[in-house]
Amino acid sequence: MTSSTLPPLPPLPRPYQDTAAYWEAAREHRFIIQKCNNCGEYQFYPRGVCSHCLSSDLAWQDASGRGEVYSFSINYRAPHPGFADKTPFVLALVTLAEGPRMMTNIVDCDPDTVQIGMAVTVTFDDVTEEITLPKFRPAYTKVR
Amino acid sequence: MASSMQDVAIVGVAESDIGVVPDKSKFQLSAEASRLALEDAGLSIKDVDGIFTNIITEGGQFSSMMMAEYMGITPRYTDSTSIGGSSFVVYVEHAAMAIAAGMCEVALICHGSTNISDRGGKGGPVSQATDVFGPTQFEEPYGISTVGAYALAAQRHMHEYGTTSEQLAEIAVATRKWACLNPKARMQDPITIDDVMNSRVIASPLHLLDCCLVTDAGGAVVLTSLERARDLKKAPVQLLGSGEAHTHRMISQMPDLTQTAAAISGKLAFERAGLTHGDIDVAEIYDSFTITVLLTLESLGFCGKGEGGAFVSNQRTAPGGDFPMNTQGGALSYTHPGMFGIFTVIEAVRQIRGECGPRQVPDARVALCNGTGGTLSSTGTIILGRD
Repeated sequence: MTSSTLPPLPPLPRPYQDTAAYWEAAREHRFIIQKCNNCGEYQFYPRGVCSHCLSSDLAWQDASGRGEVYSFSINYRAPHPGFADKTPFVLALVTLAEGPRMMTNIVDCDPDTVQIGMAVTVTFDDVTEEITLPKFRPAYTKVR
Repeated sequence: MASSMQDVAIVGVAESDIGVVPDKSKFQLSAEASRLALEDAGLSIKDVDGIFTNIITEGGQFSSMMMAEYMGITPRYTDSTSIGGSSFVVYVEHAAMAIAAGMCEVALICHGSTNISDRGGKGGPVSQATDVFGPTQFEEPYGISTVGAYALAAQRHMHEYGTTSEQLAEIAVATRKWACLNPKARMQDPITIDDVMNSRVIASPLHLLDCCLVTDAGGAVVLTSLERARDLKKAPVQLLGSGEAHTHRMISQMPDLTQTAAAISGKLAFERAGLTHGDIDVAEIYDSFTITVLLTLESLGFCGKGEGGAFVSNQRTAPGGDFPMNTQGGALSYTHPGMFGIFTVIEAVRQIRGECGPRQVPDARVALCNGTGGTLSSTGTIILGRD
């Protein structure tokens, strides 16, 4: 198969100052989160300062990788050519055990079984050699 | 010169050709709407010394410079505030401040978009991004879309309050009835709740008919001091109160998916106007999706949190209902060129002037407009009344 016959990729993150460490960890299948050394709050997404107190004194921690579905939507239309072969997919907001909320996809399950409040756990989608996206699957699913 | 924001009036409004207009650029649509709004006011482009626009330029910035240059004017007040479809409602507040402070005398708010012609006359995805820089890299790789974002809010509202798809459909059906009374509206055939429920699911729980149109259109609004307005062509429409706010940029950062910034901007607008909800004769609520309306009505305080579904039931917002809303047919059935805020203002002014023919709300004296921008991110609320 030549590269021209592969389906197009979804839009992928270009790591930058605030986010390089996060994406590097994800590539190693580690899910990390920022905690502020000044006020003690967690935050997601990664920033150069704390969004609670504006301190630059932030530390990376391994996150628990656990969370629950705050809301979700089964998407039947591809928002980008890179999703054309992926519909329907579950777009979701997950509240992490550490407190902050993040956007993700719920995978490894029948979309119709996803519910608000469902316990989920992180899993890693190696989209390219450089980029791995943390996604979530139902907490009861066996690790593949 | 106006001494306070309440000494400012809207004196001209117009839309351009709307619908599918493949032979005109977005800049022409914006400029033609501006010409028509100035004619409506009895003013000329030479009178304009303040410009307010967020037209999408190719470089993504310099909107007000681009439009001023296109129309050959040299403003001494300029504003390209870019907070999505609510920008144009917020511009009314900004223009009133500028006029009240003596920074300009005649303010032109304008918008133009060829949102449907740019896609070859069809709806559907536009994003071709391959590389996401900045914080949106925490949403776009997961397949975020505008409808997907609003669907998250709808799902959460249903979960917390038991709101149903049928209740959301009530809004689409009522709005279509208004469109059927407006010859300029794109959609002219009545629909039923079953039609909405049976239309295909785009992003659960939102169906196709829960979603706004994609069209080409331009719109413009002209403001000046109330004193000068009294000598112009049409009866002035006074700005009674206004407010603006935003709570987030990305839906994943929204503090509460069931409440919008209208809880802030609406409260400010009512306080500044010295009015209460019972004083509003007609409401123009940005309806990017049916859920947008439901959340906005609750956030503005027209009903309690979680009561929006019951509030819109039994076609309450339809012609003849006791809460006339989105009387031109809304973004759902009239027009939606990417950003709709300016059209809420245009319709509110026409309702207060009594110019709306078969869709006229009898004796409409006070109107509320609420624009929402981004992904339920920003709001602007204004309350307008007769001089």
